Amino acid sequence: MSTHAIKNDLHHAAVEEHAHHGLDNKAIFGFWCYILTDLIMFAALFATYAVLEHNTFGNIGIRQTASLHFVLVQTLILLTSAFTYGLAIVASKKNAVNKVMLWMGVTALLGLSFLGLEYHQLSQLAQAGHSWRNSAFLSVYFSLIVIHAVHIFIALLWAVVLMIQLPKQKLTDTMRTRLACFGLFWDYTVLVWMLIFFIVYLMGAI
Amino acid sequence: MLEHLIFGKLTLGDIPFDNPIIMGAGAFMGLVVLAVLGSLFYFKKWKWLWSEWLTSVDHKKIGIMYIILAFVMLLRGFTDAIMMRLQQAMAYSPHMGYLPPEHFDQIFTAHGVIMIFFMAMAFVFGLVNIIVPLQIGARDVAYPMLNALSFWMTAAGAILINVSLVIGDFAGTGWLAYPPLSELAYSPTVGVDYYLWSLTLSGIGTLIGGINILVTIIKMRCPGMTLMKMPLFTWSVLCAMILIVVSFPLLNITLFMLFLDRFFGMHFFTNTMGGNPMMYINLIWTWGHPEVYILVLPAFGIYSEVVSTFCKKTLFGYKAMVYATMGIAVLAFSVWLHHFFTMGSGADVNSFFGIATMIISIPTGVKLFNWLATMYRGRITFSVPMLWTIGFMITFTIGGMTGVLMSVPGVDFQMHNSVFLVAHFHNTIIGGVAFGLFAGLNYWFPKIFGFRLHEKLGKCAFWCWFVGFYLAFMPLYILGFMGMTRRLDHYSAASGFHPFLVVAAIGAFVILCGIIFQLVQIAVSIKNRESLRDVTGDPWDGRTLEWSIPSPAPFYNFAETPVVDSIDPYWKEKQEKLSHPEAVKKPVYKDIHMPKNTAVGFLIGVTTGIFGFAMVWDMFLIAAIFGIASIAIIIARSFNWHIDYYVKAAEVEKTEAQIRTSVETQTQVV
Repeated sequence: MSTHAIKNDLHHAAVEEHAHHGLDNKAIFGFWCYILTDLIMFAALFATYAVLEHNTFGNIGIRQTASLHFVLVQTLILLTSAFTYGLAIVASKKNAVNKVMLWMGVTALLGLSFLGLEYHQLSQLAQAGHSWRNSAFLSVYFSLIVIHAVHIFIALLWAVVLMIQLPKQKLTDTMRTRLACFGLFWDYTVLVWMLIFFIVYLMGAI
Repeated sequence: MLEHLIFGKLTLGDIPFDNPIIMGAGAFMGLVVLAVLGSLFYFKKWKWLWSEWLTSVDHKKIGIMYIILAFVMLLRGFTDAIMMRLQQAMAYSPHMGYLPPEHFDQIFTAHGVIMIFFMAMAFVFGLVNIIVPLQIGARDVAYPMLNALSFWMTAAGAILINVSLVIGDFAGTGWLAYPPLSELAYSPTVGVDYYLWSLTLSGIGTLIGGINILVTIIKMRCPGMTLMKMPLFTWSVLCAMILIVVSFPLLNITLFMLFLDRFFGMHFFTNTMGGNPMMYINLIWTWGHPEVYILVLPAFGIYSEVVSTFCKKTLFGYKAMVYATMGIAVLAFSVWLHHFFTMGSGADVNSFFGIATMIISIPTGVKLFNWLATMYRGRITFSVPMLWTIGFMITFTIGGMTGVLMSVPGVDFQMHNSVFLVAHFHNTIIGGVAFGLFAGLNYWFPKIFGFRLHEKLGKCAFWCWFVGFYLAFMPLYILGFMGMTRRLDHYSAASGFHPFLVVAAIGAFVILCGIIFQLVQIAVSIKNRESLRDVTGDPWDGRTLEWSIPSPAPFYNFAETPVVDSIDPYWKEKQEKLSHPEAVKKPVYKDIHMPKNTAVGFLIGVTTGIFGFAMVWDMFLIAAIFGIASIAIIIARSFNWHIDYYVKAAEVEKTEAQIRTSVETQTQVV
């Protein structure tokens, strides 16, 4: 094939790519990059946690923050929510807007109940006199948990926005791309919680 | 109560009316702002400013705004530098100089922060924004709106740091704000808060920008441009953007933890209640060292383009260059501890980081030899960009060698915190980064604005910078050996430092001449723009795609998406045109997909800027309003479904024809 023909072919491919519709790969790839940056941020927090974990300064340590059963319930709630959001994506592939709405709603409710448990636990800690001001360990513990909770909160806000947009917009390419990005974000927050569960709670219980 | 919610800690007493230097600087800044606003009213340019610049998502315009910001901040940062040099030249005992210690502390902190974050970073992002899409044959960056947002958040951070000059004070902690000094107990004023919020805003902007350019390079290259056919500038930018994406989250979270310490009374880095200040220093340098390469890699890319263009040769060792760049990017994360060998982490750890540091000089050396080999037997034109490049090769080599010297932990124990170190990093950052950015500006200026920069004035600027640099920093090496520590606001006359510091001050004034020449160069070039007009779009006989389109580039960049099959595609095209003039095809125009302008980036810049200011002063009501407003703007944007449009093929054809006829008439005039 002459160079000229190759050039024409390439050109053709470029034009075709432009005409092709579907998920916005550029947006999804960029969102993956964003998730990477967020994960690195948590990596720094985990590293700080590892350094400051035993600096309790006479105050409580990790074993006195929450019972493992309580944390296990939180974990199971989040894992279930990741599953229910998976069902929402399956429904979107079948173009069933109402089912997408339903499963997104379930996911958001599970997220909300997680946040409720989180608030309950942290406020009890603070009320018992174990504030983040009391030791380096409590500082990093509160920060890690609350920054994760803020992620969930932002995801809930996002879910609400999507659930307002979905009924009118239906499952357009833009909306599908947004659902995919939201899914990445939701699963990512669950992943970070799993890291907290293992690194903070389980390793702390050993 | 309400008063506290609105005004927080801020009172009129926080404006230092009794300090003539600060008031003078503040009045000058106020006058400049008034002059700009006044001329906007006088010439009725508000609408133009709004629709052409503030709401623009065109990567070229955003790049220009970045570069303007960088130049403004260069002037501010350089004023700080001159003030420090004057103070040190004057303050040998019994003289105390003209600056009180707490003001001197703020000046060296502001100098470092401004030069790195708001001069060098902004300049790098400016050139990257303008040139990368043009080099890869793209119409814009991946996310044009986020690009504008990145710029406006950086600008908000820059404004915040300038506000700190007049209202309140700035951090006096050094540019990385090491705790425990930067903790509330030892820095009770708002200085460190200004530092934290201006860097947080610009840091988020940079992070978004990094992702944006990374995705642009990965996903938007024109057909045929495989990774190993990318121009070297684009390659080096790709590596720099990977570094940004991996390292800037570390900066943001580290600063955030310091904020938590100061604001919520936490104990991450305090020296009581179990806090660990060294954790901050480790974390901040895991960002800080890659940051050095984020700045210098794009500069390396610029030198590669300049050398190859002005020696009329394909770059020597393209592949070696790519691997070297990538090698530097990876190694960047394995050397952070060499900034604090004195932490006392033991011989094993220190030798690991010492050796890793030495290893970095290998890929850097590969690059230098490649540039030299490209020049060897090339047809060299000693244009302004080429002068900066040659100046860089000499200066940077010296800086690199003093760096290797300090990578030996035993030596570093002697040099740590001395002005030897100050000389070393200015040697690499001025000689490596600043020279590169100036080379890039002179090189790409015609592509950006449509006319060349005045050659002779550019050469004057170069020689002043070059000579001034050596005068200003070689004495610091000697002073370092003599035991002078950095950040001294006065010293004993018996130390013998004084004569060297006078030479250094003279050097700073020679650099000042260089900066003045640069400003004059720009002014004269604007005045003589007709005679300096670049009518061909290819003033230097360039090799890469950006030279294949008219200057200045039309808003859609490429009328026809280019197709590429070599490292120097435009050079090859020109050669083919010479040998087969009949094979030139008539262009086929198609509709072009473009993003619409939007005010979102600008508005979020404004709201987050005010939010930052309010957080500095504990104005909780205002912080809440503008914090929520920022989020509301993002949500509102997600309800806007008409964010793009198509430029019709006929319109493209018309614009291209217009450019061609205006080129033809101008060629006749010339």
